[in-house]
Amino acid sequence: MAMAAAAHHQPKRRRFSTSPAPYAATPLDSLADELLFLVLDRVAAADPRALKSFSLASRACHAAESRHRRVLRPLRADLLPAALARYPAAATLDLSLCPRVTDATLAAVSAASSSSSCLRAVDLSRSSGFRAAGLAALAKACPGLADLDLSNGVDLGDAAAAEVARMRRLRRLSLSRCKPVTDMGLGCVAVGCPDLRDLSLKWCIGVTDLGLKLLAHKCKNLRTLDLSYGMITKDSFPAIMKLPNLEVLTLVGCSGIDDDALSSMEKDCNKSLKVLDISHCPNATDVGLSSVVKSISNLSELNLSYCCPVTPSMASSFHRIANLQTLKLEGCKLMADALRSIGKSCVSIRELSLSKCSGVTDAELSFAVSRLKNLLKLNITCCRNITDASLASITTSCTSLISLRMESCAHVSSEGLKLIGKHCHQLEELDLTDNDLDDEGLKAIAGCSKLSSLKIGICLKISDEGLTQIGKSCPELRDIDLYRCGDISDDGVIRIAQGCPKLESINLSYCTGITDRSLMSLSKCLNLNTLEIRGCPRVSSSGISEIAMGCRLLSKLDIKKCFEINDVGMLYISQFSHSLRQNMTIIHLAGISPNGLIAALLVCGGLIKVKLNAAFKSMMPPHMLRNVEARGCVFQWINKPYKVELEPCDVWKQQSQDVLVR
Amino acid sequence: MVDNGSQPSCHAGDIAQQQQAVNTDLTCLIVQLISTAELTDGTVGGGIEIDNVVEEQDTKDVDEGGDAGMDGENLPPGSYELLQLEKDEILAPHTHFCAICGKGFKRDANLRMHMRGHGDEYKSPAALAKPPRDASVENAVVKRYSCPFVGCKRNKLHKNFQPLKTILCVKNHYKRSHCEKSHTCSRCHTKKFSVLADLKTHEKHCGRDKWLCSCGTSFSRKDKLFAHVALFQGHTPALPSEEPKASSDQAGLVGSQQEPAKLASSIDSFMWGNSLSNDSALDVKGLESCSDDFLSTANYGSFNFSFGRLDEFIGSSSESSFAMLPPDHFQSAQKRGGN
Repeated sequence: MAMAAAAHHQPKRRRFSTSPAPYAATPLDSLADELLFLVLDRVAAADPRALKSFSLASRACHAAESRHRRVLRPLRADLLPAALARYPAAATLDLSLCPRVTDATLAAVSAASSSSSCLRAVDLSRSSGFRAAGLAALAKACPGLADLDLSNGVDLGDAAAAEVARMRRLRRLSLSRCKPVTDMGLGCVAVGCPDLRDLSLKWCIGVTDLGLKLLAHKCKNLRTLDLSYGMITKDSFPAIMKLPNLEVLTLVGCSGIDDDALSSMEKDCNKSLKVLDISHCPNATDVGLSSVVKSISNLSELNLSYCCPVTPSMASSFHRIANLQTLKLEGCKLMADALRSIGKSCVSIRELSLSKCSGVTDAELSFAVSRLKNLLKLNITCCRNITDASLASITTSCTSLISLRMESCAHVSSEGLKLIGKHCHQLEELDLTDNDLDDEGLKAIAGCSKLSSLKIGICLKISDEGLTQIGKSCPELRDIDLYRCGDISDDGVIRIAQGCPKLESINLSYCTGITDRSLMSLSKCLNLNTLEIRGCPRVSSSGISEIAMGCRLLSKLDIKKCFEINDVGMLYISQFSHSLRQNMTIIHLAGISPNGLIAALLVCGGLIKVKLNAAFKSMMPPHMLRNVEARGCVFQWINKPYKVELEPCDVWKQQSQDVLVR
Repeated sequence: MVDNGSQPSCHAGDIAQQQQAVNTDLTCLIVQLISTAELTDGTVGGGIEIDNVVEEQDTKDVDEGGDAGMDGENLPPGSYELLQLEKDEILAPHTHFCAICGKGFKRDANLRMHMRGHGDEYKSPAALAKPPRDASVENAVVKRYSCPFVGCKRNKLHKNFQPLKTILCVKNHYKRSHCEKSHTCSRCHTKKFSVLADLKTHEKHCGRDKWLCSCGTSFSRKDKLFAHVALFQGHTPALPSEEPKASSDQAGLVGSQQEPAKLASSIDSFMWGNSLSNDSALDVKGLESCSDDFLSTANYGSFNFSFGRLDEFIGSSSESSFAMLPPDHFQSAQKRGGN
């Protein structure tokens, strides 16, 4: 950190000094490249922005930084040739911040091919505007390309896949949501890229059993395969399962996976498979699942979320998987005694998710956790029937828990929640959203000094007192969620900001008590990348400007219903928050004029989606909108009233529970 | 040529229909004759003129022998009974006729069903059952058929005569070889057929031969192509529009390289207004100075073009966006941001 700061200061002075600097005098020049690279590695780890300062220090530093950088994440696709010329050693080109990448851009990469020949990975997952011709140019320019991400290429079809097939050394390929790709395209890829290790065909609804069988026949090296939401049936399922090196198979939402398919594996077995995800497969039942686990004895993770009711016999069949580490049963209906037999048969599991399961009772859960001695992560979100008794047995038998998520366990009292802080000191992740947590419980939780993520949204009883304790004793905290904690005020947030310098994400939505003072203290958390202050009416532009100047890594900002933020705040955001690249939602902001908005839109070139009040549409010049759209941004015009009354948090909670009961 | 060939027998259906109306009485007579013949001889089949020409054939074809039989059977001439249907009979839509009302049917089963309406005696299980053939099969001689078209190889007068096995063979042969092809394929509009079933078979595959392999082989079915690709190393499925794309590839690159320049200039001119030259605007963010500015992690202090121009462009409103920021405030902000 100190080094980063040093590298940070030096160039600034040099930049503004009038006399030409004697380059040879810089001590860094005499260092060997290897040492410089080590320095740069540490600098980049501490503060990525410091690299620029470093390169400005001297000509030698500039050259060293050029040789050192391996990852390029350009903000503007049109300057790509210059970037590739400057960074000849770049191996990874991440275009996820360029929403629009045309064929011409990719052709320019091939024009600068002398430098880009060492490119190994290209990420085009968030870009649109290119087609098969651009990919052809890319394939020509980068013969050694091993990693290509074409996710979300909704208009990429077989022609594009045929061009991908020319990259013969490809090891990782993602074609998620490339819906026009059919068996023909997949066939080309399967034949053209025999080294493929990792392939995603999520949402490729044009791919059928024929293509998958060919894939299984040609690409024997496949390790990871994602066929979620696809058309796989029992015709190709055995062929896929027989892949000799397959380790991760994801089959989320495949309606073709039924008992016939699952039991077609009965005779063969796959020793390599480690992770199997069959969640959201509506046609799989306990019969098929009991038979498939016989053939995958080396599995370590099994995900059966939202799949079928869990019966005791199916749960006891899991004992065949000796090394099962992770079992996810989210949203499943647990039959009587199912949890008991899980406790008996899955002794080795470390992670158990029962989120939104129905049928979880105190007696069964207590029995299960008493048997599962190795448990490190437990998710009992929305298990509404459990009470303090379960929590007592969890905290006594699983003292080494590192993650406990128990959002909306309404029958657990504040006394039960205190037990967590008393017994589970290893906790790193704790989710107590919508629970009966009070300041006493929060003080007990402060005993978990390793805590890095704490979610205590909709805990209406907590106040600054508890937060102060957290700020004092949890220095590792990176993520805190205080959604709708109506009683907290600036003092609590300031304590958190001062006590947790590593803070990366904070949610203060609908904490109506906080003001600009909170934001000023949060602006000292240099790593902050996510700030949600939706519905905080007392926050104003000056607070936002502090955040914009202090937290330069900010990438997600929610300022909906912050009525005091006006043009000045927007200008600061546009000026400093260059990393703000994702979505922008401005609906209820009063006091923002078209001018401020236009400035923000122009500068944030990486915006992908902007939701604006429809009133702005007529106020903004049409050519301006066209220009922003040409850069790949999508406008969404919301026609809602300009100002909506904020409800107090307790009223809101009462209403939401009424909805739940109904 | 003989009249059979020159006559446009393609309208056989229509003609036959007309004839049917006229000849109903006649056919009824024939059917009745045959049914009486069946009773006596045990021979099956309606409306057939029986020719006992076996003796004549015997002397003719004895040297060539039956080994040239295309049907793979080696019946020596004379070991079978040879029948020859006339053209009208072949093209007649029906072969089974009701003995009472004269209505025609394609199948005798349908005729039997029809006969039930004519009285209770036809409703007995014996009358409805399939006529027993066992007795006739055992002692009856094998029957073969001759095409009525003189000069055809299937005609009994041909030197290398090869008989047809069944009446269906006769019908299909006669239509295919000696009738006009009246059914045209609706997909390719070139292939013509005289037998409707042939057209339907063709239409199933016409134009579907689109599954191509990189080796040039084409397949009518995708699974056949994929089996082929799986079998051979290096073969890959080929997309049908491969050729035109390869040529347009180069053109696309050349044309599209001008695109960013155009786009950039249009953005510039529109951002800075007409009063400012594009060059000065570009100087603010020249390529050289910018090459490190636009990388996401190394971009601070890089944004320093003034908003004044923007205001000019947007409109000379007194409430300009930047006027809200006091200049000194802005300076300090920049300094702090720089640190």
